[in-house]
Amino acid sequence: MRIRVVLLASYRDLAGAAEVVVELPPDARATDAIAVLRARSTRAALLPERPVIAVNQEYASLDIPLRDGDELALLPPVAGG
Amino acid sequence: MSRTWITESPIAAAAVLEMVGAPDDGAAVLFLGTVRRENEGRPVRGLRYEAYQSMAETELATIVREVQERTGVQDIVAVHRVGELQIGEVSVAIAASSPHRAAAFDAARAVIEEIKHRLPVWKHEHYADGAARWLEGAIPHSAGEGP
Repeated sequence: MRIRVVLLASYRDLAGAAEVVVELPPDARATDAIAVLRARSTRAALLPERPVIAVNQEYASLDIPLRDGDELALLPPVAGG
Repeated sequence: MSRTWITESPIAAAAVLEMVGAPDDGAAVLFLGTVRRENEGRPVRGLRYEAYQSMAETELATIVREVQERTGVQDIVAVHRVGELQIGEVSVAIAASSPHRAAAFDAARAVIEEIKHRLPVWKHEHYADGAARWLEGAIPHSAGEGP
């Protein structure tokens, strides 16, 4: 299955990309997607292993199972207000 | 009524305040967050707010709905600005109205605290000396765990 990974703010700068498509086996979880992404390049390896995430625009835990077409976002600590 | 949005346009504070208020209300509170000219002793030239737009819109609506349920205050309006902001500009505005003042203050306070903790928005500060950086933020508590 294919997952769209969205990188925001400092994570986008760190990895040098705003959006990446990751190919995963059918039973993959969010942690697997992050591991595949981090293995892609030395810059992507700078991303944290266990970031805060959202799946389809909702906060989710790292062990959440993914489905084909999901949007997985890696969220740096937030600083609004 | 309640209304929430994320905008690239300057926030008209008076207009936000006018959206709340009902004949039964005896109190209306307006909170404004503004851009400070210094941060941790460093002169700031300006800053850029960036949002995970689609999620920020739904998350802000969720925050307001939860505060409505928790405080009983129904009239709450909240708006967050994104993009480039100058010193003194309004980055966030929250208005709340209720029959008595305590609940209106509580509701406005609760919304800004939740925004600080979980709205997916980030702040990139530019300093007078030419440097720039992403500000250290809060780990959203609803997310379970952080880096």
